[in-house]
Amino acid sequence: MNKINQLFENKKKNILSIFFTAGYPKLESTGRIIQSLEKNGADLIEVGIPYSDPLADGPVIQATSSVALANGMNMNILFNQINEIKNSVTIPLILMGYLNPILQYGIEKFCTKAKECGISGVIIPDLPIDEYNSLYKSYFEESNLKFIFLITPNTSIERIQMIDNLSEGFIYAVSSSSTTGKELGFSNDQKEYLNRLNSMKLKNPIVVGFGIHNKETLQSAWEHANGAIIGSAYLKKLSENSDIEKATAEFFEKLK
Amino acid sequence: MDNQPNKQGYYGKFGGAFIPEMLHRNVEELKENYLKIIETKEFQDEFQLLLKDYVGRPTPLFHVQNLSKKYGAKIYLKREDLCHTGAHKLNNVVGQILLAKRLGKKHIIAETGAGQHGVATATVCALMGLECTVFMGSKDIQRQQPNVLRMKMLGAKVIPATSGSQTLKDATNEAIRHWINHPDDTHYVIGSTIGPHPYPDMVARFQSVISKEIRKQLLEKEGCETPDYVIACVGGGSNAAGAFYHFIDEPNVKLIGAEAAGEGIESGKTAATINIGTEGIIHGCKTLLMQSTDGQVLEAHSVSAGLDYPGIGPIHAHLHESGRAKYYPITDKEAIDAAFELTRSEGIIPALESAHAIAALSKIKFKPTDIVVVNLSGRGDKDMDTYSKHQIL
Repeated sequence: MNKINQLFENKKKNILSIFFTAGYPKLESTGRIIQSLEKNGADLIEVGIPYSDPLADGPVIQATSSVALANGMNMNILFNQINEIKNSVTIPLILMGYLNPILQYGIEKFCTKAKECGISGVIIPDLPIDEYNSLYKSYFEESNLKFIFLITPNTSIERIQMIDNLSEGFIYAVSSSSTTGKELGFSNDQKEYLNRLNSMKLKNPIVVGFGIHNKETLQSAWEHANGAIIGSAYLKKLSENSDIEKATAEFFEKLK
Repeated sequence: MDNQPNKQGYYGKFGGAFIPEMLHRNVEELKENYLKIIETKEFQDEFQLLLKDYVGRPTPLFHVQNLSKKYGAKIYLKREDLCHTGAHKLNNVVGQILLAKRLGKKHIIAETGAGQHGVATATVCALMGLECTVFMGSKDIQRQQPNVLRMKMLGAKVIPATSGSQTLKDATNEAIRHWINHPDDTHYVIGSTIGPHPYPDMVARFQSVISKEIRKQLLEKEGCETPDYVIACVGGGSNAAGAFYHFIDEPNVKLIGAEAAGEGIESGKTAATINIGTEGIIHGCKTLLMQSTDGQVLEAHSVSAGLDYPGIGPIHAHLHESGRAKYYPITDKEAIDAAFELTRSEGIIPALESAHAIAALSKIKFKPTDIVVVNLSGRGDKDMDTYSKHQIL
């Protein structure tokens, strides 16, 4: 069974997923970040593949991506790093990245490599559903990689239903119309949107991302969905404290 | 017709709409409505009237005798530089803003490189009473000051893009991010034949007035609607798409693009996407782009801010691949020399971008009977600083 499905079978609520940019703060930080996150209680980890032009991301992920690329991060290095630690990690790992670097690496090769490295799922925000279905779906399925789709407050009901039918891991609900890292509170509009999703009785669990940055927003997300994703706020913490173990422990302490 | 994409927005294998879900609703809304709206008589009446009385169309087709003598062919300039605001950009902006109004949008955003598209957008927003925000790379703000001042005088907010190479690519990133954050009543006026479907097709249609007029004017002057050559500069490719549009299905018309080679296509400081680019995704479409082997987008370089872009419109990637059009790399120096040549021989100061198209004349061996149309996309007032640095005036 895919680890993502296992996770959601065993845990229905309060799931915490952390996103980080691979290659930040140092090229070789990847393994230590993953191990620290698991040790401190993350349920799921999204490993960000850095890209020169991250369209859906705010300043924090833009900046960490630039540093990661300047550090020399690329797909081969990342796969090698994950391969080295894969046996010590029990929680599911998801690769998240923009389409172009994956296309240049080769989608088929990417899927095969990801499987070898024990990756459970993939998020490619700029690979649209139609293209995924007609060209790439089979590669991801053959490697047992769950393809995670995003929905937003502006996604129509019909489209949400279509995405639910196509998805087999979870659905990534973008909390508001925004790029990543906007530190807004949890508004009534957002709660209403998540309640609307809940009332649709989708077959997939919902994990909320974008804008979740502290204990309060995490609690609100957990109240209205199965889980929550934190990205920019964790990266900010890493930028303030270069001791990965210490920074991660402190970050989780503040969320409690 | 080879000048239009298929339903999914593909020209051959290039095009499509590779956008995050956050933009899906807005792009889908445009895709569903753009043809329905722009094909109505009511839209066309308003559009054509504004093109005539506001933009100043038709722009003249001018026979340049001195250049003709020098290159041994009959050369005409299509004077898009005489459009209101100084470049072809206004054709597309008028069309898109009329469309945006019909979609109920209140705010307009745009990216700009040389500032011509930004000025055009700020201009039409002033005319129509819409709020306007223009994203412009910090480096371009430095080198195109007059246009920044014009945009501000027109009431637009100019926001510097400080990421990456601080040029057109980054201004486009910032505009897209802004749209993601303000999806409800904002229309993003893309200034070139780039971006997700339906933008490349929509922009090409609004610019196609250029080739439509060329046909009519040639018929009057030469008794034949088609020239032997159409030459235009290519950054994202909107003026070239407009100048080629009604000739793409006429195999006897040779289509020539002039792209910015910067300091040379092998110098590492270039924007010659067609000559050195490879297939990939940039700003929502599959096309040719300058990228590393890891798929990271490379920084472009050109003395001309309007051509300083690492991608190319999918229509041009397709015309290149099918062999229908040919794209010559023109260096910074060749473009500046051509600008001086045109200025001194015909009394027309071209934009640095358009100077690339003039420079392409020297790359082609013409027959004396050849009729050549060069699309002079913009005027050079904004580039006086660059020109005066390269030759003492």
